[in-house]
Amino acid sequence: MSLSEAEYMVQENSRTLLRVENLKKYFPVKGLFFTKGYVKAVDDVSFTIEKGETFGLVGESGCGKTTVGRTILRLIEPTGGRIVYEGRDVTKFRKNEMGWFRKKAQIMFQDPYSSLNPRQTVFQLVMEPVKHHGIGVDDPEDFVVELLELVGLNEGHLYRYPHEFSGGQRQRIAMARILSLKPDFVVLDEPTSALDVSVQANILNTLKDIQEDMDLTYLFISHDLGIVKYMSHRTGVMYLGKIVEVGESDRLFEEPLHPYTKLLFSAIPVPDPDIEKSKGKIEVQGEPPSPINPPSGCRFHPRCPYAKEICREKEPEFKEIEKNHQVACWLY
Amino acid sequence: MSKKILEVKNLTVHFYTYAGIVKAIEEVSFDVFEGETFALVGETGCGKSVTARAITQLIESPGRIVRGEVYYNPDGERLNLLELPDEEIRTIRGNDIAYIFQDPQSSLDPLYNVGYQVSESLFVHGRVKSIKDGIKKAVNILRTVLLPDPERRVSNYPHELSGGMKQRVTIGIGISNDPRILIADEPTTALDVTVQAQILWLIKEMKKRYGVTVILITHDMGVVADMADRVAVMYAGKIVEVAEVTEVFKNPVHPYTQGLLKAVPNPLKKIERLETIPGTVPSLINPPSGCRFHPRCPEISKVCKEKIPELREVKKNHFVACHNR
Repeated sequence: MSLSEAEYMVQENSRTLLRVENLKKYFPVKGLFFTKGYVKAVDDVSFTIEKGETFGLVGESGCGKTTVGRTILRLIEPTGGRIVYEGRDVTKFRKNEMGWFRKKAQIMFQDPYSSLNPRQTVFQLVMEPVKHHGIGVDDPEDFVVELLELVGLNEGHLYRYPHEFSGGQRQRIAMARILSLKPDFVVLDEPTSALDVSVQANILNTLKDIQEDMDLTYLFISHDLGIVKYMSHRTGVMYLGKIVEVGESDRLFEEPLHPYTKLLFSAIPVPDPDIEKSKGKIEVQGEPPSPINPPSGCRFHPRCPYAKEICREKEPEFKEIEKNHQVACWLY
Repeated sequence: MSKKILEVKNLTVHFYTYAGIVKAIEEVSFDVFEGETFALVGETGCGKSVTARAITQLIESPGRIVRGEVYYNPDGERLNLLELPDEEIRTIRGNDIAYIFQDPQSSLDPLYNVGYQVSESLFVHGRVKSIKDGIKKAVNILRTVLLPDPERRVSNYPHELSGGMKQRVTIGIGISNDPRILIADEPTTALDVTVQAQILWLIKEMKKRYGVTVILITHDMGVVADMADRVAVMYAGKIVEVAEVTEVFKNPVHPYTQGLLKAVPNPLKKIERLETIPGTVPSLINPPSGCRFHPRCPEISKVCKEKIPELREVKKNHFVACHNR
């Protein structure tokens, strides 16, 4: 159900930075001679991200949240759907347009131990993207120091190598690299899951500060509900390649609607023994099924305590239940 | 209060590496009471796993247990586990004190089916005459840990099971010999949250059914709140605070515990800004003098740099190692 160009101009809100429409990514599963089937990692996912906001994506491992992040940046080519960035369809970009897009949209990876070249100094690491894009810098040293200070490092770190830094500091180097191109949009793919809690809080606060200072838009991917709640204005919940619920974070966490979201929230242990020991837990049935042969109809129906006949047969549509709160479930 | 089933006194473990002596844990002391769930929490490298392993001498070279005593008090006896010869500790390990480790993938042998592996643990502790006899018992054990379809699953190999199912098998192996103490070292860290909930529920259920004492090692404050009766907080190889679980969460006394609790975002609360602990965890080759937390502590005084604080009882059953409390 894609819209014509004319409809776009009407629909395109000036606040919208990114619109993802019916995004699909199928990975082939190869047999000996033939393709045996497809892993539907992302299947018909749509959402929008507004300028200056943080959109959170939560879900368990294998739900497709990382694939969504990478497909948006075309680090993985989508199988279908559109990615509209500032009104332009990224999936149709040619090489020179991709160059522009790669400057505007950046990604921060989970593991700061493998995302930095161990043979480069901090100075080289931070200058590399700038050089690659052929951007002229008057005084490279000053330029890098300024960026380092922005992310909480200093001049003394300039000519050191990644192995001399702790995990948290490496993530700060990665941040400086990203900011060197002055991007508008950053995908943060589990940026703190390799870090300890006391360091994690520091990094999250720095990310928030930078967002305000540089007017950035974030797509924040995580499996940790507490962190997503803290970071994002709006949150989307993914299950087996689909978004099942989207809403404003405060509202969504207060009153989740989709049975999977409820289950997820009840399964996560909260750091408060009074709540934890008294709360009635929803009993979890089964385990996430394989994305190669996802269940028919609603993909959650085999584990859903409220499953009805229709859930097995037909896929639920995404409906707006209250303002800015959408759910894909036959209960509503 | 019930009796002390385990007493750990001044346990110290060092690792002799090329870079220097890593003082992984230093003078760690705590008691575990029969039937409780005792949690050891802390960040990576604080020594919680080393402590758990040292209890049954599971420390490999280049590590060495330098000092300390671990008293295990089963009915009427008092054994110092660290003085037992290899043969004897082996009969206790797995039989009286069993372990569940973090990664079920690496604690199971990929070359044997899961029935064999459960049966093997019964066989080595003399519960069955042969491995073949044990298979029938293994089916029952796998049924108690709620592995679906256990009759068929006993002949499955680990790679045919999901992570959650594998962890159920390792719990099955853990409880197979009806242990008095179950040491669970980050049992759910490798699992998804919905599966984690199932496994935590299972551990509670096993505790109810067999009255086993659980020592739970974790870095997740949520898991602690859910599972523990008493908590010991570790930092850089030392225990800094021990108390009942509600006491630790409601009235934390040590500055590190306070900082740690504020740094964890609670999904049920609206947080404007997370409070942070400045700096990073120190190297254990050259740990800071005096109190190991002093370089990051907001309330540092002169004595903190000079003297190592002892664990003192500040309130009934609430112990803290801090000079300023």
